[in-house]
Amino acid sequence: MRFVYADNAATTKVSPKVVEAMIPYMTEGYGNPSSLYAFGQKAHRAIENARQQVADVLGCDKGEVYFTSGGSEADNWAIRGAAILGAKKGKKHIITSKIEHHAVLHTLSKLEKEGFTVTYLDVYENGIVKVEDVEKAITDETCLVTVMYANNEIGTIQPIKEIGALCKEKGVLFHTDAVQAVGHVKIDVKAENIDMLSLSGHKFHAVKGTGALYCRKGIRLENLIEGGSQESGRRAGTENVPGIVGLGVAITEMAEHMEENAEKVSALRDRLFEGASKISHSRINGDTEKRLPGNFSMCFEGVEGESLLLYLDMQGVCASSGSACTSGSLDPSHVLLAIGLKHEVAHGSLRLSLGEENTQEDVDHILQVLPGIVERLRNMSPLWEHIMENENKA
Amino acid sequence: MEYSEKVMEHFANPHNVGKLDDANAIGEIGNAKCGDIMKMYLKIENDIIVDAKFNTYGCASAIATSSIATDMIIGQPISEALKLTNKAVVEALDGLPAVKIHCSVLAEQAIKAAIADYYKRQGIDPEPIVGKIDDCEDDHCHM
Repeated sequence: MRFVYADNAATTKVSPKVVEAMIPYMTEGYGNPSSLYAFGQKAHRAIENARQQVADVLGCDKGEVYFTSGGSEADNWAIRGAAILGAKKGKKHIITSKIEHHAVLHTLSKLEKEGFTVTYLDVYENGIVKVEDVEKAITDETCLVTVMYANNEIGTIQPIKEIGALCKEKGVLFHTDAVQAVGHVKIDVKAENIDMLSLSGHKFHAVKGTGALYCRKGIRLENLIEGGSQESGRRAGTENVPGIVGLGVAITEMAEHMEENAEKVSALRDRLFEGASKISHSRINGDTEKRLPGNFSMCFEGVEGESLLLYLDMQGVCASSGSACTSGSLDPSHVLLAIGLKHEVAHGSLRLSLGEENTQEDVDHILQVLPGIVERLRNMSPLWEHIMENENKA
Repeated sequence: MEYSEKVMEHFANPHNVGKLDDANAIGEIGNAKCGDIMKMYLKIENDIIVDAKFNTYGCASAIATSSIATDMIIGQPISEALKLTNKAVVEALDGLPAVKIHCSVLAEQAIKAAIADYYKRQGIDPEPIVGKIDDCEDDHCHM
């Protein structure tokens, strides 16, 4: 049976070039970058080289890049750090969107318990924040605006440059969780007025447990992790040298092929949309234009997402869903509810996230098995029966 | 969260799926908002459940519990079917993840709802026999 990995928003395959670049730092070059002897300094240089690679892709200075354990740590650090800075000036209001990743939302809800107030912006039916809403929400108390670059579930890309310009004008710090965007869409932190940006290596073919925070020079965030003087004394802990080296290689590789990748991947994605839209009582989630190249998100009425993805798994397809049963909570995904979907529609969501390795054959395989699975589930679904009864009445 | 082999077996090839045309007892439990609805069809003759079928909208564990629960009650007298607990259903499936236990409750309640329907059709008040049915009309259905 064909194996189709279509969950690249969850994680990606590590690139062979990345693996190759990492191995020497686990075998012969295992020195501690903090050690003064040449053997250690070689590892130190490798980290600084990776830092430059990240800076080149983001359009910032090398000194503005701090390596972390991943996107979640970068989000926690940026938000908590900005909140502490704000509180020192008596500013305890933060603005965000309703569709952020939990690394952002849970950090914010903790800050709310500590006395901060948070405004959660609507994203409307297309899943996109309105810049004028950000403007209306900013007060004299606002210390931070944090809006994700691109959404992990529905792939929508936010008007980051415009929000950044607004924040700059108002003198409010602006952070963006760009975990889904880095390596897939062109980002220029300076041109887009981004003060802080979180990224995660394993979303673009580096390894899990690697990430970075870009933090504009002059913003002195309080440390999240205290200890040794690594990362200019701002993030303690012996560096994950092979991981960092791999991240540098991966981000460079992605930047070099960004346009051709986006063109190829979005063409496959559009083919998926076209094919899957032929299934009746289905809908595309999110914006069709302002969207990550690899993101496919649809809902199929009358079916439940977990069953859908487990039947897809039996046909060799790795997918994801925002149903309650897959989110491990009582409700379907907050993102799908934020774009106005009813619970029962959101339960029937399917996310496929394509990558550079996916082929036309992969898409054809998905389109070959998906309609039959939806039909099978609908045939045993009392909800589908009710939907049909209501339609016949009307 | 991982499902047992037994759950996956019943999910992949559920037993007794579909409508039962000559059912004389039908019960439906759950709601779309919560993400699971179970509809149970029973054919009862001389107080024996001679056949059972189901339709379920829900996750893999909801489908698997429907499948095994119908297996467990076919051929049983009503009195035995009423004794079927969600715990017995969970055990028969070699366990369910903690967040999925409510699915087994749903199966137990769906059977009770169908039996209640059987009595109602004969003009008998089902509550003294079947007990109260947890109709899962609100969000509390998820335990």
